[in-house]
Amino acid sequence: MPQAQVETRDVLHDEPQDYLWTLNFGPQHPATHTTLRLVLKLDGERVIDALPDIGYLHSGFEKIGEHLNYNQYVTVTDRMNYISPMTNNVAWHGAVEKLLGLELTPRCKYIRIIVSELSRISDHLLCNGAAGLDTGAFTYFLYAFYQREVIYDIFETLCGARFTNSYTRVGGLMYDMTPLVIEKIRTFCRNFPKTLHDMERLLDRNKIFVDRTKGVGVLTKQEAINRSCTGPIARASGVSRDLRKDDPHLPYGDFDFRACCATAGDCYARYLVRMQEMWESLKIVQQAVENLPSGPVNVGIDQRTAFPDKRWVYSTIEGTISHFELQMSNRGFEVPHEEIYYAIEAPNGELGFYIAGDGTETAYRARCRPPSYIHFAVFPHLIRGHTLSDIVAVLGSLNIIAAELDR
Amino acid sequence: MAIEIPENVVVSKLDSLASWCRKNSLWPMPFATACCGIELMATGASKHDIARFGAEVFRFSPRQCDLMIVAGRVVMKMLPVLQRIWQQMNEPKWCISMGACASTGGVFDTYSVVQGIDRFIPVDLYLPGCPPRPEQLIQGIIDLQDKIQREGTLSGAEFRIESRQQPKRALVELPGLPQIDSARNPVVWSSEIKSS
Amino acid sequence: MLKPETATIDALKAFVSAVKISDFREQVRAVVPANQIYDVLQFLNHERGFDLLVDITCVDYLRYRDATDRFGLIYILTNTVTNEQLIVRTFLNEPDLIVPSVTPLWEGANWLEREVWDMFGIRFEGHPDHRRILLPEEFAAFPLRKDYPLQGRGERHNFPVITRDNA
Repeated sequence: MPQAQVETRDVLHDEPQDYLWTLNFGPQHPATHTTLRLVLKLDGERVIDALPDIGYLHSGFEKIGEHLNYNQYVTVTDRMNYISPMTNNVAWHGAVEKLLGLELTPRCKYIRIIVSELSRISDHLLCNGAAGLDTGAFTYFLYAFYQREVIYDIFETLCGARFTNSYTRVGGLMYDMTPLVIEKIRTFCRNFPKTLHDMERLLDRNKIFVDRTKGVGVLTKQEAINRSCTGPIARASGVSRDLRKDDPHLPYGDFDFRACCATAGDCYARYLVRMQEMWESLKIVQQAVENLPSGPVNVGIDQRTAFPDKRWVYSTIEGTISHFELQMSNRGFEVPHEEIYYAIEAPNGELGFYIAGDGTETAYRARCRPPSYIHFAVFPHLIRGHTLSDIVAVLGSLNIIAAELDR
Repeated sequence: MAIEIPENVVVSKLDSLASWCRKNSLWPMPFATACCGIELMATGASKHDIARFGAEVFRFSPRQCDLMIVAGRVVMKMLPVLQRIWQQMNEPKWCISMGACASTGGVFDTYSVVQGIDRFIPVDLYLPGCPPRPEQLIQGIIDLQDKIQREGTLSGAEFRIESRQQPKRALVELPGLPQIDSARNPVVWSSEIKSS
Repeated sequence: MLKPETATIDALKAFVSAVKISDFREQVRAVVPANQIYDVLQFLNHERGFDLLVDITCVDYLRYRDATDRFGLIYILTNTVTNEQLIVRTFLNEPDLIVPSVTPLWEGANWLEREVWDMFGIRFEGHPDHRRILLPEEFAAFPLRKDYPLQGRGERHNFPVITRDNA
């Protein structure tokens, strides 16, 4: 779009002035986490209204979903919520496997839980870290970022990429977990509680942080449900809905953990919910790593969806036929002509995929239900009446990832 | 007779001296849009420290920076913003296109992603990767420092050479799609679809 | 989410006789005619307690096998108290791609409907802010329709070039 030519003129001193002034916040601004734009109407420091303007990162993800096959599209789902890409992969392939009616191996399910919970920890570290950074706590941000580097190291040992992993495949995973990865996860579980204690001591009762976030951006329980909020934002308002408990597609029931809720619904409550969820995720990872079942990680070759192990391909005729049937471009697995909706509890909220299959290996329609998009719609409601400096605190507590917002 | 140069005197070209100063204090303007932005933040964090190379000050104001790192995909709604920020930066300025999406459009060959910002902005260094590792970004900054030292001048004459005045590639569209020119094309943009 | 209880499905069938209920992989889908969609959703919200609107989306069935209508508008509803989930579908055809907006029932439908308008071109009557959300206002097409190419029609490169001397 071209730069608009505006008419400028001298304003007379006795002309009635419009006392509300418009401030453009973004799309390039350090506090808007990547490309959001807010047009604010301010009365001095008070925000009278906020008009969000999004779409500065709209890349046509859903259209790409109609051109890539199910195993290729997982690379694109990584780039949606790029802070916790493993959860997006697990959600996408969970949806495809539900459409196909595939049952995964126990080991695969446990590994998917482990990587989902590790990326949940990674996401909450960044969200709270960025919230701390925006309100002035730089040390907190660096502590959080260092732990994220440790998690990146685990993911890199597991599948080769720090983030944007594309780790899952239809019917299984890319690589199995090696003993080195398990050792690294155990080391992380041993060292992480100390850092989490340090981070809590820095901000939980820090007067500056508490004053900036308590009572700011209050979302009541009724409003949260009415505005389709899910995840930590809804749980901080009292909606005790956690898909890991209410509708688990993976065996979360095997583990002992709690869904964290609060009742205040302000930014401080959201921060506390996320901190507590990190503790619970750590518990899940510890339990899952100790009880990891043995066995194959991909579904068997009789399901004809996951690539068989190379030893089977080279030694049995069944393996060779399976590989051939999946690899050749005019073959591939059959997908029913049906539509499903599948959702998991992503760190941000309910991340769902609505897939319409049309018989081929490419989805007919791949819709992502993005939690960030729905939560950003709540933002004008939360910020009315607060001051300009509260915008940063509220935006940080909502964890808006622009790539998920715009897709 | 040979001139005796005392030990506390350095003889050099003014261009080299200016380039040396500029390359060791490149202040980046992070234009972080997507996933590469996270790797940019990770490069600025404590494990891979970009402050060692002089690029510590991540100022978000274009008036105070001289290196724009475009990290992430640029979509058509964001491109005028990118151009405006580039124009607000003061000379001498350089641009690094970080990642596959900024360099060529990356994975996203779709209706809204610009297939390479070098079609619209002059770019000095391209970094491959999706996302490039922090070490790759640091290597890129070192390479850019070498480039500045090699061809930098005091007055900025290296920016006025002929080969830097063209966009890096022609605006060639895919076959079958309409040929467009850079002027505002009324066929493509219209306001009839607006409702209300 | 659990499947809706039989009480819910029977109440829905009693409310709207033209509904078609189907079941796939433990998910219940109800197909409702387009002129009754608002009444059905209001019934489900007020009488049966489906208070969480999970998603509103649309599918373009232009190249789908055995498709009778062009667009399918999909509402996914959840009851947070009893944990039931129901997918309500309605089919629309050109030229009357217009349904009543459900923003009075759920505030969260505001942006979801704006995106369906932006991507598919389905109007929502009574929507408080009916304009494009993800694409620029002047964009002249609806990209997620099946007759729009993936690479677009040249909109993405229609910008002035900045070179070094005019930068």
